[in-house]
Amino acid sequence: MRDVAVVGFAQRQMAQFDGSPTCVELLVPLFADCYEQTGWTRRDIGFWCSGSSDYLAGRSFSFVQAVDAIGVIPPVNESHVEMDLAWAMYEAWIKIQTGEADTALVYAFGKSSAGVLRRTLALQLEPYTMTPLWPDTVSLAGLQARAGIDAGLWDERAMAEVANRSLTDAEKNEYAVRQGGSSVEELLSRPMYADPLRKHDCAPVTDGAAALVIAAEGRAREVCERPAWIRSLSHFVDPMSLGTRDLKRSPSAQRAGAASDLDGVEVAELHAPFSHQELILCSELGLADDVRINPSGGALASNPMFSAGGIRIGEAARQIWSGSADRVLGHATSGPALQQNLVCVMGSEG
Amino acid sequence: MAKQPAAVIGVGQTHHRAKREDVSMAGLCREAMDRALEDAGLGLDEIDAIVVGKAPDLFEGVMMPELFLAEALGAAGKPLLRVHTAGSVGGSTAIVASSLVQAGVHRKVLTVAFEKQSESNAMWALSVPIPFNMPVHAGAGGYFAPHVRSYIRRSGAPNHIGAIVAAKDRQNALKNPYAHLRNPDTTVESVLASQMLWDPIRYDETCPSSDGACALVIAAEDVASGSPNPAWIHGTVMRSEATSAAERDQVNPQASRDAAAALWKQAGITNPIDEIDAAEIYVPFSWFEPMWLESLGFAEPNGGGWRLTESGETAMDGRLPVNCSGGVLSSNPIGASGMLRFGEAALQVRGAAGEHQVDGARRALGHAYGGGSQFFAMWVVGSEKPSN
Amino acid sequence: MPRTLSAPVTVAFDYTRSTGPVLGRFLSGLRDGVVVGGRTSEGKVVVPPPEFDPVTHAAVDDFVEVADTGTVTSWSWVPEPVKGQPFERPFAFALVTLDGADAPLLHALDVPSPDDVTTGVRVRIRWRAERVGAITDIECFEPAVAEVRGAPATSLEAAAASARSETPEVSRLASLAPQPPAVTGIVVPIELDYLYAASPEESLFYTSLSEGKLVGQRCPTCGKVYIPPRSACQADGTPTAEEVELPDTGTVTTFCIVNVPFLGQRITPPYVSAYVLLDGADIAFLHLILDIAAEEVRMGMRVKAVWKPKDQWGTTIENISHFAPTGEPDADYETYRVHL
Repeated sequence: MRDVAVVGFAQRQMAQFDGSPTCVELLVPLFADCYEQTGWTRRDIGFWCSGSSDYLAGRSFSFVQAVDAIGVIPPVNESHVEMDLAWAMYEAWIKIQTGEADTALVYAFGKSSAGVLRRTLALQLEPYTMTPLWPDTVSLAGLQARAGIDAGLWDERAMAEVANRSLTDAEKNEYAVRQGGSSVEELLSRPMYADPLRKHDCAPVTDGAAALVIAAEGRAREVCERPAWIRSLSHFVDPMSLGTRDLKRSPSAQRAGAASDLDGVEVAELHAPFSHQELILCSELGLADDVRINPSGGALASNPMFSAGGIRIGEAARQIWSGSADRVLGHATSGPALQQNLVCVMGSEG
Repeated sequence: MAKQPAAVIGVGQTHHRAKREDVSMAGLCREAMDRALEDAGLGLDEIDAIVVGKAPDLFEGVMMPELFLAEALGAAGKPLLRVHTAGSVGGSTAIVASSLVQAGVHRKVLTVAFEKQSESNAMWALSVPIPFNMPVHAGAGGYFAPHVRSYIRRSGAPNHIGAIVAAKDRQNALKNPYAHLRNPDTTVESVLASQMLWDPIRYDETCPSSDGACALVIAAEDVASGSPNPAWIHGTVMRSEATSAAERDQVNPQASRDAAAALWKQAGITNPIDEIDAAEIYVPFSWFEPMWLESLGFAEPNGGGWRLTESGETAMDGRLPVNCSGGVLSSNPIGASGMLRFGEAALQVRGAAGEHQVDGARRALGHAYGGGSQFFAMWVVGSEKPSN
Repeated sequence: MPRTLSAPVTVAFDYTRSTGPVLGRFLSGLRDGVVVGGRTSEGKVVVPPPEFDPVTHAAVDDFVEVADTGTVTSWSWVPEPVKGQPFERPFAFALVTLDGADAPLLHALDVPSPDDVTTGVRVRIRWRAERVGAITDIECFEPAVAEVRGAPATSLEAAAASARSETPEVSRLASLAPQPPAVTGIVVPIELDYLYAASPEESLFYTSLSEGKLVGQRCPTCGKVYIPPRSACQADGTPTAEEVELPDTGTVTTFCIVNVPFLGQRITPPYVSAYVLLDGADIAFLHLILDIAAEEVRMGMRVKAVWKPKDQWGTTIENISHFAPTGEPDADYETYRVHL
């Protein structure tokens, strides 16, 4: 396997983006950030891959116009996944492993506010017996939260602790759209929203975009003093059915963790759009109590659809670049109730 | 680091029809997958990863359907990817699947591309009006027809070339038991007599709207060596360009030329028309055959393409048989069409194309394009392991 | 003054879904007022039946009727229902394990407040009076109170017991097809409302149109003029900003004659859809050609915009009703050849 590192990362998030759902306007400055971080131009990029969803934009082929932001004369080696940025990065990592490219820039975008996200995501379900009831993501997450509460695996206090810590840490994150911790007691005193979830237990609807630059071996060393070397990159999926799955668990997250070497991980950025999901992920990944979780504030502070997972990888990589940590983990999830999961472990040594 | 060798050891497809009302989406995929697995002599549990390809989700009205399909596709507990690169998706999906093996990450990958577009209406899904814009947009045909007109003008092509392609592909389809359109009466005359839909494209020069799926099993060298007839992957290329950059050549796009040049180089091919024994080229409107023949380097630009078509050399018994399967003109489940081209090319070099087999085919091209002629995915497969 | 223009768009279609044999069997059962589960290779009865066995991957064909009463295994409250959900006022979604099944089914539970439901509570299906073979034939679940409406506890328990036993004559329907024709398809209307926003560059273009002007932008790197303007030059990705006002005359580079009617079409065929390259622009855009017979339109034809009456103008390219021939000699092929 070739050594590949994350060497660049840029993000933009807002509660409501008033521009086009193709988000070209957001992507242009993100690419500029990436070029500035690496000193590269678009001609140094060997492979491009994006992540987005037509349904978020409400149009077929919504990713096509985003290609404008690249500047595609001459034509480029480019692909697209209808998945989160983290999986676009996976495809690019594979491309570099084949030797076909040495550098890649992956990007993702999503204007969740263009539609009613809770309705749009009902289309992400089994179309014959689930979608016709239009179950929303909050309700489905609530079913999972309650399953754990009933089984005594966690309680609303544990959930509030996750939320409080996240909102407090988000105060240091200029990109977070929701910030401001208080105390567990104060959070618990807030009204129930979608029993058993309170509003702060659920990620905010967020628009945004993000980009990551990855490069192999020498190319990475050229542009980054402390590249975040990808030690492992694994992903798995579980069945969707909420009936046959044990909702208190996420086997695909456990598998992705088991396929990675998590020894010595100091910081874990976990993509948990609902507070109880962080508790499930910590358990499935076997994270020790001293692992620092979501210094960025995580998805509870900001959750731009289709880039939030990749942003976890970027935020984790930043910990390596700054010298704050030597071994980190970025996690991404997709589908209802932690159905599909990706784990990226990065380390500082070359 | 060089790519590890990879080969197609199983190909499966559905019976493509206007409406597959006998199956659900899962059933449609499994029909193709089960055929591919049987062909490969593998069970679903032996597969390491699944890569799904599909065009816009609006066609079926399900967002990211690979998620609800995960269990039915045997992907539960495995890595699952979903590729979407517009019309070229079937091809790019096969390329992503090959990359997983060529990177040495997995040894047995199953890839499936599908579309069950009868659940809505393809023209509607492609033409949802965008506010503030002029609603002249009339589906894919309406988009490409002006560029076909440009080709005819540029190349001096006579008017019947499109009809030659349509008649040829539809007659070829009669030898493909899976093809959607199987009308024995299609001739050059009957095509020329059919209604003009988007002048200059006629009804019979237009692809159908089909429900269908295609699946491939791609394996690493040690696994493929156990197969009696693997189709070794000699080269894969993807290139993209913008929809409407200034002075963009919409007839012979730069991305297409670049992709072809890179592909021939990877596969060690210096004279495509002599070295390729069969080509499955993405031709959804008949005039794209001469256009792509030129762009791919099989014929000289600005006229070589239509002359090659007119000479009969792209017929099954010609110098460069094109679309012996009947092509996109005969079956077009949009998400799967690219993979069908790639899969049919593999069948040719494996000697497994049945009645539409080109005798002794040893190297074949699979080609797909999408968007406004801006996304290209192509591969070369061969009966021998690549020498590079 | 908002930075960008926006307008509502509704994406709606009544999707016709064929169900295949397994879901068809389940939905036929619902139409008949019966819940049918599938027994997997591991002996579990799952509702709705999975199409393919999770272990053997074979098509599931062992169908088992289960009771229409069961137990709530999880629930969550829906305080602000969205369009299409089973109720317009607050309700609960619940996972309910029906008696005789080993896995729960997702559906709505009609209770007045979160205080009226707990995990473990007994519930029963409220069937819709007219059923068609859809998941909505179950209107919802409701609390099962034993003494209500001729459903005494003992017969509930008996039904549950017989549904669970290994070889009950009543519950095993594997080889028995329902008498009315089996359900093979469902119709699922899907309607999503979006607020479509144009980019700032496009918004400028449309706002200028409302003033009767055609404004493009020039790329600072390559000098090309784009109309409508993009957020980035497609050739090199540079953001464009310099505004360039263009005349409303131009050349038809290429075109087609649309004969085919299609769903959602707004202009009646036959009509000429043409790429118009405005004088001074480097890309052409699609518009309508009128005031000339379709078959007389040709590549290179010189055209001028025909504007609608001013009081009909909005922020849209439709302010230009169509382009019409000016009568000038056609543009030389060489002048627009590179734009094809």
